[in-house]
Amino acid sequence: MKQDYRLAKGGRIDRARPLSVTFNGRRLFGFAGDTLASLLLANGQHLVGRSFKYHRPRGVLSHGSDEPNALLAVDRGPGRIDPNNRASMVEARDGLVARSQNHWPSLDFDVGAVNDALAPLFPAGFYYKTFMWPRAFWDRLYEPAIRAAAGLGEAPSSPDPDRYAHRHAHCDVLIVGGGPAGLAAALAASATDKSVILADEGAELGGALLHESSATIDGAPAAQWLAETVKTLIGRANLTLLPRTTAFGYYNHNHVALIERLADHLAAPPPDLARERLWQVRAREVVLATGAHERPLIFADNDRPGIMLAESVRAFINRYAVAPGRRIVFATSGASAYSAAADAKAAGVDVALVDIRREEACRADAAALRAMGCEVLTGHTIIGSTGRKRVSGLIVAPIDGQAKVGARRTLDCDCVGLSGGWTPAVHLFSQSRGALRFEPAIDGFVPDRAAQAVRSAGASGGTYPLSACLTEGFAAGAAAAGAPAARSFAASATRVGFQPARALPTSRDAKRVKAFVDFQNDVTAKDVKLAVNEGFESIEHVKRYTTTGMATDQGKTSNMNALALAADALGKPIPQVGTTTFRPPYTPVSFAAIVGPSRGSLFDPVRKTPIYDWAAERGAKFENVSLWRRAWYFPKPGEDMHAAVARECKAARGAVGLFDGSTLGKIEVVGPDAAEFMNRMYINSWTKLEPGRCRYGVMLKEDGYILDDGVVARLAPDRFHVTTTTGGAARVLNHMEDYLQTEWPHLDVFLTSITEQWAVIAVQGPKARETIAPLVAGVDLSNEAFPHMSVRACRILGAPCRLFRVSFTGEVGYEINVPSDFGRAVWEAVYERGQAFGITPYGTEAMHVLRAERGFIIVGQETDGTMTPDDVGLAGMIAKAKPDFVGKRSLARPDLVAPGRKQLVGLLTEDPNLVLDEGAQIVENPAMPIPMRMIGHVTSSYWSANCGRSIALAMIADGRNLMGRTLHATVAAGFASVKVSAPVFVDPKGERVHG
Amino acid sequence: MAELAGSASAARRQPALAAPPVLWAGVAIQVLPDEARFSLRLPKAAAATAAEVAGFSLAVPVNRYAKNDQRWSARLGPNEWLLGGPEGDGGAIAAEIEAALAGQIHGVTDISHRQVAFDVAGAEAANILNAGCPLDLSLVGFPGGSATRSILGKAEIVLMRPASAPVFRVECWRSFAEYVHAFLAEAARDCPARE
Amino acid sequence: MLLIDCPYCGPRPEVEFRCGGEAHIARPAQPADMDDKAWAEFLFIRSNPKGVHAERWIHQHGCQRWFNALRDTYTDAFIETYEMGTKPSRLPDGRTTR
Ligand SMILES: [Zn+2]
Repeated sequence: MKQDYRLAKGGRIDRARPLSVTFNGRRLFGFAGDTLASLLLANGQHLVGRSFKYHRPRGVLSHGSDEPNALLAVDRGPGRIDPNNRASMVEARDGLVARSQNHWPSLDFDVGAVNDALAPLFPAGFYYKTFMWPRAFWDRLYEPAIRAAAGLGEAPSSPDPDRYAHRHAHCDVLIVGGGPAGLAAALAASATDKSVILADEGAELGGALLHESSATIDGAPAAQWLAETVKTLIGRANLTLLPRTTAFGYYNHNHVALIERLADHLAAPPPDLARERLWQVRAREVVLATGAHERPLIFADNDRPGIMLAESVRAFINRYAVAPGRRIVFATSGASAYSAAADAKAAGVDVALVDIRREEACRADAAALRAMGCEVLTGHTIIGSTGRKRVSGLIVAPIDGQAKVGARRTLDCDCVGLSGGWTPAVHLFSQSRGALRFEPAIDGFVPDRAAQAVRSAGASGGTYPLSACLTEGFAAGAAAAGAPAARSFAASATRVGFQPARALPTSRDAKRVKAFVDFQNDVTAKDVKLAVNEGFESIEHVKRYTTTGMATDQGKTSNMNALALAADALGKPIPQVGTTTFRPPYTPVSFAAIVGPSRGSLFDPVRKTPIYDWAAERGAKFENVSLWRRAWYFPKPGEDMHAAVARECKAARGAVGLFDGSTLGKIEVVGPDAAEFMNRMYINSWTKLEPGRCRYGVMLKEDGYILDDGVVARLAPDRFHVTTTTGGAARVLNHMEDYLQTEWPHLDVFLTSITEQWAVIAVQGPKARETIAPLVAGVDLSNEAFPHMSVRACRILGAPCRLFRVSFTGEVGYEINVPSDFGRAVWEAVYERGQAFGITPYGTEAMHVLRAERGFIIVGQETDGTMTPDDVGLAGMIAKAKPDFVGKRSLARPDLVAPGRKQLVGLLTEDPNLVLDEGAQIVENPAMPIPMRMIGHVTSSYWSANCGRSIALAMIADGRNLMGRTLHATVAAGFASVKVSAPVFVDPKGERVHG
Repeated sequence: MAELAGSASAARRQPALAAPPVLWAGVAIQVLPDEARFSLRLPKAAAATAAEVAGFSLAVPVNRYAKNDQRWSARLGPNEWLLGGPEGDGGAIAAEIEAALAGQIHGVTDISHRQVAFDVAGAEAANILNAGCPLDLSLVGFPGGSATRSILGKAEIVLMRPASAPVFRVECWRSFAEYVHAFLAEAARDCPARE
Repeated sequence: MLLIDCPYCGPRPEVEFRCGGEAHIARPAQPADMDDKAWAEFLFIRSNPKGVHAERWIHQHGCQRWFNALRDTYTDAFIETYEMGTKPSRLPDGRTTR
């Protein structure tokens, strides 16, 4: 239970609730309220990982979401190994299991650390330079080697068993950040009747106030003000408080994405609790109060474990009651570190402070700290650090007025707090496409012109004093709620201001040391300079070449330092160099949260027909056709697909087959101008089609290519029942609505999808009429009264049906359209009646074979979006007399009338047992040298039991002039000889359908 | 299809989805019984002045719902209404509409079997729907009497809120019913979890 | 996600809509009278401005009505939405509508 670095008192941890976690197999102790970072530090575990490129030992740098080093795997059991968690953002809970990453065989001894010694081999752009040549080495050598070494953390190997929820929300005011500015904004905004959401990434609201030990607000200690404020806010019904929630993406029109972490902090989450919830918030107004990030100082070996940000030292001491060292040296170029140093000293830690600035720039702060008994060195630079897996000393030296570095001295320490100034967190503002402006007074980019209804308050807007943050936040919240109001807050003075520090002056050879700028991607100051020296002038290019700021921390701690170094190297002022673009996500978001509920059975809707269950009960195999799940074939015991399909095909031609056509798209076209509209949409003419009759229609896009086809029935002079392909249903309706609404709004026509109103039961074969006759009331089914391509209203089992006499098999056929809820009952009745004739249910595979035997095309199989009616042999259907229809003019385009277009033909293989591959290419002469000229391709290919051989349809250049010619189709082994035939293999005259 | 009831040869109605109610602390999801439904369309000019037909109120703004006795209408667009009534009244409704609009340009299409309806009711109903519906479903954004087409996850729905009470009616095409129901049931697991 | 002001339904989320490309390109009344060049121009040639663009949108999962919109292709701001067959109250700079 011993925690060597835990302070005896203080902090917001709950000492009454001790807990233990396991880190790299070792049991460590802490308290509720700890983060993994504070718990590790309390236990003296400063070494927590190895760096990405050089495998250098690294420790905790920060107490917040800007942490670049302490990336740990959290293991919550099978499927729940989550890599790259920032230790500072993981709440400690009893039983938590965490591991360090990026080392082999162990954290303490890592073979990859040899990269550090070989560092001269890995300059910026190393990959681009080294793996360029020879080209052939890439696939076999370079890529596998890089892949093995690349990546950070361990990917889970089994499916994630957790739930992830989604939620859309709307609010008047969204406030991002629950620090002083955000809380004040919430106080103001929620005092109105507006709906407000406050999201904060931490477990507790308060931001920097959570580790503020000395400040007062309106006379009360900050912690007390915080408690009272949170209590007030909880009581406001129009305010939704979302702790543990990161706003990670700011999109168009104030659409902000949040990720809420619901479960990971619980030792035993309830089973139905989602692990995370992705919020999509549409806010009328957004207030960004996202704070600022502290910058490290850049000097040699500034990355040893134990070296962290000064404000983070303060947070660990004040909030978590952890002293990250027994002797802490602060190194700073600004004022805020003096508060950290004072708090550390007050906590009983041995403290020294080194200030880059000259004495006169920091006289009062220095004097105050010295008065507490701390050594303070001003006008000093940092030359380097000592130690390996934990810092043991900071090497400092005085700088004189001419920037000359004096004699070195090593300050013994086991922890260093760095402060190189502050950078406003403008990420979300930048994502919102607001313009940034460089503000020299704070050496940072601040929000300038907003592109959306957004305002920034507090440190994220470049305002650091506590009273100003509160006042600004309140005003922002009030204004965002549409009720401008001001309130001043009396807060104790905040130590602000810093001297911009770039790479610190040193007496060592800057080319031989590693002074890290970007800790996560191991980018050093000399890498940035090298990039500039090699001619990269745009900051976006420097970023990509060096990878600075491109790690998952998005360079929160490093961007300004890298930018300033590049600007120095370029000899340009920072505003001229500009800044890089911030992109979502602000912090990493799990893919599972983005996917949300769209997994497994909810991945996509699975559409089933009213006959689906019947087919499933009979062991049908199914196939996916767009979102539909259609019966593919109905195997009998012992049958494989080939045998089942052959049997089904024979039955449909020999007796009677039963097919579920319910997925066919159906559109009811109604209105006095219905026929005129149909004339314009289809290549066919509809004017003379009598009510009660059907016609096969083909529809083109305006470019002249086939869009869809299907049988159309005229139910009445002003009412058509249009059918489309299964996959084309939505497309065709959209196409029709587009023309109707935008080109011909004067036509009185109304379109309604009736796809799902009607189940479609196709009864096909010589015995079809006898099968359905006893069931059909009110219709004379004789050939004379009800010929092929007719439609009648009738009743079957009392249900009002639309009975079509149509065929997609070439046999006598009926398609019973029955209201869907009656579909199964009618299907079963037909099946029952058909028993006497050996009625055979058949699936989509047999349907495909049967239509191919008759040469009927399937749009999307024979056609590919570049086929004209003439290409597929349907030119005869074009109503020549019509002056216009959609696509007509394009049929005269030069390319569409040019000779040599691919045309639909049949193919018969020389070997009748060979079934070609669909998509196989056709050549005239297989002896032709490669590359051969491909003259076409196979579009449909089947074993035809009715023909006793294989059949195929193909699109072949000038195919109709090649009848009887032998061509060659690609097969796995090479080529197979095929003979070109007419695209019809059964009943060439089409007589059977009239039965 | 009341006339089929009791007839020996009558086809049995098999609903698209037979799912037991989903009941959580803050929400209940139930499949609603069959109803007759029609899509009514009028030319733009006529739509602007239409008042009532066959007991269905047409003179409501776009995206509004109205109910007279057992017949309800939802104006889904400037010249489109979704009409609903008791399952057995389908034939009567169709005839009454045709009679009322005789001589006027109009389009009526029977979509009774196309639609499946659910009730999503309870204090958490809006939140549950908001798992997949991007609309503002607060009383301000979607007050009582609202009705609109929208989406839920990957399915298109018609969403209605007949009154201020947190009782929403969700309609979708029948083949999407299984998905919509499962989606809502999954989202409803969030209910008891809220602290 | 854009927020699009449907002329019939008011502001609604982008996922309910589909964009139908450039607006105000009327289908020629007599396509047969057009030469290949003019027809190709109508079929394939579209403007691609950085700035205000007149576009067709349909509220697909809403009222299912087509309408027009002026959208700034750079900022994604919708300047105006207006019913099919009507003109915007102000035209995009330097461009005429047909
Ligand atoms: Zn709309």
